[in-house]
Amino acid sequence: MDTSTPSRWITPAGLLPVVIAGSLFVWFAQMLPVIAAGDTLRFVWEWVPSLGVNVSFYIDGLSLTFALLITGIGALVMLYSARYLAGHVHQARFSLYLTSFMLAMIGLVISDNLLALFVFWELTTITSYLLIGFSHDTFKARRSALQALMMTGVGGLALLAGIILIGTTAGTFEMSEINAMPGVLTESVMYLPIALLVLAGAFTKSAQMPFHFWLPNAMAAPTPVSAYLHSATMVKAGVYLMARTHPSLAGTDFWLWTLTIAGAITMVFASVMALRQTDLKLALAYTTLMALGALTLLLGNESGYTITAAATFLIVHSLYKAALFLVVGILDAQTGTRDANSLFGLARALPITAIAAAIAAFSMAGFPPFLGFIGKELKYAGAIAVASEPIFVAGALLISSALMVAIAGIVSFRPFWSKSGKPIEGVKEAPWPMLVGPVVLAILGAFFGIFPETLATTLVNPTVAAIIGSAEPAKELKLWAGVNLPLFLSIATFVLGFSIYYYKQKLREILIDMTTRGPSFDNGWDRLMAGIASGSKALTRNIQTGVLYHYMVVTFGTALAVLAVTLWFRSTGIPKMGVPQVELWDWLVFLLVLLGAILTLVTNSRITAIAGLGVVGIGMAMIFILYSAPDVAITQLLVETLVVVLFAAAALKLPSLTPEPMRKRWLDVIISVGLGVVTTVILLKVTTGSIDRELTTFFETASYPQAFGQNIVNVILVDFRALDTFGEIAVVLIAAISIFALLKSKPEEDKP
Amino acid sequence: MNSVILRAGARLQVVLLLVFSAYMLLRGHNAPGGGFIGGLIAATGFVVYAIACGTADARKALRFDPGSIAGAGLGIALVAGLLAALWGDALFTGQWLFIGATETEKGLPLSTVLVFDIGVYLVVLGAILSITFALEEAV
Repeated sequence: MDTSTPSRWITPAGLLPVVIAGSLFVWFAQMLPVIAAGDTLRFVWEWVPSLGVNVSFYIDGLSLTFALLITGIGALVMLYSARYLAGHVHQARFSLYLTSFMLAMIGLVISDNLLALFVFWELTTITSYLLIGFSHDTFKARRSALQALMMTGVGGLALLAGIILIGTTAGTFEMSEINAMPGVLTESVMYLPIALLVLAGAFTKSAQMPFHFWLPNAMAAPTPVSAYLHSATMVKAGVYLMARTHPSLAGTDFWLWTLTIAGAITMVFASVMALRQTDLKLALAYTTLMALGALTLLLGNESGYTITAAATFLIVHSLYKAALFLVVGILDAQTGTRDANSLFGLARALPITAIAAAIAAFSMAGFPPFLGFIGKELKYAGAIAVASEPIFVAGALLISSALMVAIAGIVSFRPFWSKSGKPIEGVKEAPWPMLVGPVVLAILGAFFGIFPETLATTLVNPTVAAIIGSAEPAKELKLWAGVNLPLFLSIATFVLGFSIYYYKQKLREILIDMTTRGPSFDNGWDRLMAGIASGSKALTRNIQTGVLYHYMVVTFGTALAVLAVTLWFRSTGIPKMGVPQVELWDWLVFLLVLLGAILTLVTNSRITAIAGLGVVGIGMAMIFILYSAPDVAITQLLVETLVVVLFAAAALKLPSLTPEPMRKRWLDVIISVGLGVVTTVILLKVTTGSIDRELTTFFETASYPQAFGQNIVNVILVDFRALDTFGEIAVVLIAAISIFALLKSKPEEDKP
Repeated sequence: MNSVILRAGARLQVVLLLVFSAYMLLRGHNAPGGGFIGGLIAATGFVVYAIACGTADARKALRFDPGSIAGAGLGIALVAGLLAALWGDALFTGQWLFIGATETEKGLPLSTVLVFDIGVYLVVLGAILSITFALEEAV
């Protein structure tokens, strides 16, 4: 990034997204009083009513909380990136991706219709792919982008299946209606598949074990993207989904244990892994993973304490984590490194950044009087209230929270205040657009910590009500809740956290040693991808042999099998074999066709064979003429002529046919004779049955009065069924383009 | 193919086939014919010409790239279908104009249906020629 051009960052590409995000934030913020009063808003626009697909938006506490986080943090991040990426060749592209992502994410959290939600869900996947792969000239970015796309894409497909099951089980796709029917899903036989599929979507999106590995890799994206998508918003889409479906899916043992175990494992694993990292951004990425695990764990329960803890921690985490990511971005931009081992004592050079980082880190570590403290106290209170295994949950929370304290120190204390190394010389404070974000977010964390009731009444209470699905009031948000178990756990956290910070170097060495020996998820992923690629290559080699003869055998063989089997099972009786009235002309045409066919079979010259086939085709055209279908006959004649001409052009350059031994042609004989017999039998059956003439009568009577045409075939083509014809000529054009491309492209050398 | 007789004949034939194809296109609504058949006939003309005089000459005689002709045809057909919207009708509803119509005579009928058929004509012509020319040039 170029920090030497202070005035050039004010560009439409940089600032338009800020304006959009800011206005949306204001628009959502003015809904606060309505939502805080306990009401909800709903807008419906029927889209495909016959399929129950509506564009319907539903705003309650949960969606408003998300919408405000998305637009608020979005505006700050976009202001930051307007400066961070100023002068970048693809700045406009970046702004477009980021804005599209924001709109998709808003759509996701305010959609009431599950199918609409799915569409937005996939849009966030795609925009995330584009943003991770923004630096597309590096292999790492491309690989990480593809990995994220695959993981979340597969989860998205599972979610779609789950949504369809929900829709068929509940009879509607509107989430607000489904949540208003208690037990409609939990008591259904389809509950287990629904929960599995929905959780597959949520776990991949929110990177729960064992689908977690794409998230640290996604840090290949520019830092504002990591702050915004892979910390504060997109990865929380899975959490949002679990919260949104909580009223109708939670409350079962399956839900409780799956979320508790997956969340706890992710949480502990991620916080341990975070300690291992020396890259500050990666350390933050793993702490994000830890937060997602904690949210998943809390959402497994139904008690007011745990849900209040989840709602509060959701907000806390978004505020401090986005701030810290932006701080790391500033460190990276101003010093050129993110390595924890080379950044020391920069507080003098970067005073504002240092203060913002400190405030955010205090919130992250859970010190009073910051919001993080309340969040942590609530988590402990929630852990004691969980329905599963309080000691297990509280223990997992204690370990990961202690690690958070240590990592907050590594990320925000050491680079700025530590004197254990020499500070980098000549570092300047970041320009103001990059400072606004971290400062505002950090201050918000402190403000809500000191005045928790402002947050509780406006956002947390309505969110908790939306997640629980009843009017049960949220637990109070208090800085001082008295001397109780959570307080003791907090104190234990600090003690443990400080010890870990003190011994971090030694612990990190042990961890690096352990992780390099153990199996790696990333390597497993590479092996899986390589397996899929070689598998599909082998499949293609076997199916697409490139030998026309094989294609013909498969095509006609399949046709024969399908027709014969259908005929065998569905037909009743032998068709009447009486010889219909056949005129002399018919016999002559029949003879002509027969001669053409025999000629094609016996000749060794390609030209003669093509001419023989032409004779067959012309014979067919004559049948059409005899039975008064002149349009069809003309078309047939012209097509036959053109085909012979085209084939002849190619055949002149080809060697003459070599006669194949008879034993090799047995398969051909079986297929062709079989197809001939089956077709004949079907035709006989069709003509002996009664024919429904309804359509014929309609076209005969309506053609002239309604469409002013006496040639019914043409009237059908250009008027009655013009849309079909349009589709057909589009196909003709596509076929022509494909053949053209095929002929003009050089054949690739066959690589074994 | 190098034959003076074929070359001379082909020149004449192209003209005849093109006029005939236009005739088939226009009469299509009431008698055998139409855009599909007309397009095939016109294409036959140029295919013969390409065989006699080579594809380079045939391309020159055609003036436009066959792919573009086909694309334009698809566009024309689409526009003909969309025109129905001007009268508030559903997509591809035929719209008619009878110039000089009286009580007994219906005058000269003009319609979006004919425009659509011209689109079909151009797609068929362009598609076949782009395949044929490419094939002749490839072998």
